[in-house]
Amino acid sequence: MAMFSQNPIMNGPNYSFSDTPKVNAPEGARQHRFDPYTDNGGSTLAIAGKDFTIMAGDTRLTSGYSINSRYHPKVFKIGGTTADQKDASIVLSVVGFAADGEALKERLDAICKMYRYRHGKAMSVKACAQRLSTILYQKRFFPYYTYAILGGLDEEGNGAVYSYDPVGSYEREQCRAGGAAASLIMPFLDNQVNFKNQYVPGSGEGHALQERPRNPLSRTEVEILVKDAFDGAVERHIEVGDGLQMMVITKDGIEEILLPLKRD
Amino acid sequence: MDHRPQAWGRPRDDIYGAYDGSYLQTTGPKQNTQAPVVTGTSVVALKFKDGVVIAADNLASYGSLARFTDVKRLRVFLDTSVVGFGGDVSDMQYLDRHLNELAIDESYETDPSAPDAGALNAANLHKYLQKLMYKRRNDFDPLWNQILVAGLDSGSKPFLASVDLRGTAFSSPSLASGFGAALAQPIMRKYAATEEDAAKLSREDAVKVVQECMKVLYYRDARSMDKYSIAVVTKEGVELKEDEQLEKQSWAFAERIRGYGTQTV
Repeated sequence: MAMFSQNPIMNGPNYSFSDTPKVNAPEGARQHRFDPYTDNGGSTLAIAGKDFTIMAGDTRLTSGYSINSRYHPKVFKIGGTTADQKDASIVLSVVGFAADGEALKERLDAICKMYRYRHGKAMSVKACAQRLSTILYQKRFFPYYTYAILGGLDEEGNGAVYSYDPVGSYEREQCRAGGAAASLIMPFLDNQVNFKNQYVPGSGEGHALQERPRNPLSRTEVEILVKDAFDGAVERHIEVGDGLQMMVITKDGIEEILLPLKRD
Repeated sequence: MDHRPQAWGRPRDDIYGAYDGSYLQTTGPKQNTQAPVVTGTSVVALKFKDGVVIAADNLASYGSLARFTDVKRLRVFLDTSVVGFGGDVSDMQYLDRHLNELAIDESYETDPSAPDAGALNAANLHKYLQKLMYKRRNDFDPLWNQILVAGLDSGSKPFLASVDLRGTAFSSPSLASGFGAALAQPIMRKYAATEEDAAKLSREDAVKVVQECMKVLYYRDARSMDKYSIAVVTKEGVELKEDEQLEKQSWAFAERIRGYGTQTV
């Protein structure tokens, strides 16, 4: 090599491409300016009833001030035998970063389908809820930027709602709102579902006040509540609107309802 | 004569001294595309009764410089779908080569004599591109594009969907990337606000609306050009025209503009 080279210094970089300085970076080390996340807006809502659960979400997909799509569902049936999810009994809603939401949905669906194949029965909501938490926590240091809510019926047939943060903390609740308008809808739910700050009229003063007794709401009451919650959110939040998608889970299956919302 | 090809076209050592490579980065992390360089602007597309119209101009900009004026940003896939690219042109060319490879593999594996025997349709192609883009964003090595896929789905219904550099995918009766999202979408939504409206739109009207959008974009998008490509995808196949010229432009409307558009006096 040296006898053909006009280059007197052979310890420096030479002409050949193979002689150009190697970038010796530790494997996998990355420096980045690219932001892998965006917020695609939208809002979700789940309420558990005595023998049903309603999962709802608006269908708008935004990016900044633009509406990307007026129909992009956020509520999905999970773990049916086939792709059409005809025999599914669990519903997942995802809101936040849409690409992560879809990836999360597809992973949970695949896992539920594998469970059904291996065990010959559908996954319970309780098991599915624990598994979803694990999936989210597995990506603790590059999280799925989504607020997920899982809904279905528990072993006793009661409505069950599990809510999550992006890294997998979860709890079972009566109701939960997620996404852009969560802070607008949640206080309304506290008051209307859990009867917070509602007292029996004339029952006393101060600590003597009696709380309004909490009895479970009927399906029609909850459906109206959901619609009212979203109509309110649409008025006050620009990222919410276009359409309202509702999934009603009962022992007879899942019923899907689509209602219009304001498109402004 | 120096017979070593590696030395051709480089400064000679006996005159300029040995090459000083000290400025070259030798350590540090591996760098990926962190910003687009040569870019294409908007892509606009609109569904109609029995297909989709899609258009993009033929300009590739280098920042604010109109660098390449004959770059085709619409690409036909398997004679059944059209992919429109906005954003980085080198990433577009990479995807173009990749899709070529995919199309060749696909053609070998499917029997052309059987009517649409498992050939990839636009919906399949869009899902494929979405997975690809999302994988690249997970690797922090994104393909810096906004992609529109036009064609037909498995039920031979018009299909139009988009995917961006983060793998976010969505569908709508009309779609526009980049500046078009602000300028072309409002025009197209006047004619096709819903899927039902789009299903009533004729091919001629759809083409006219898209051409109007290209004109508006040329008026107001400083990174655009009056030469453009337009494609119509239907069950019959793809009709692609790559050297269209915008016609009958006039700034006569400009003197009537007051304020930002809502002002009347």
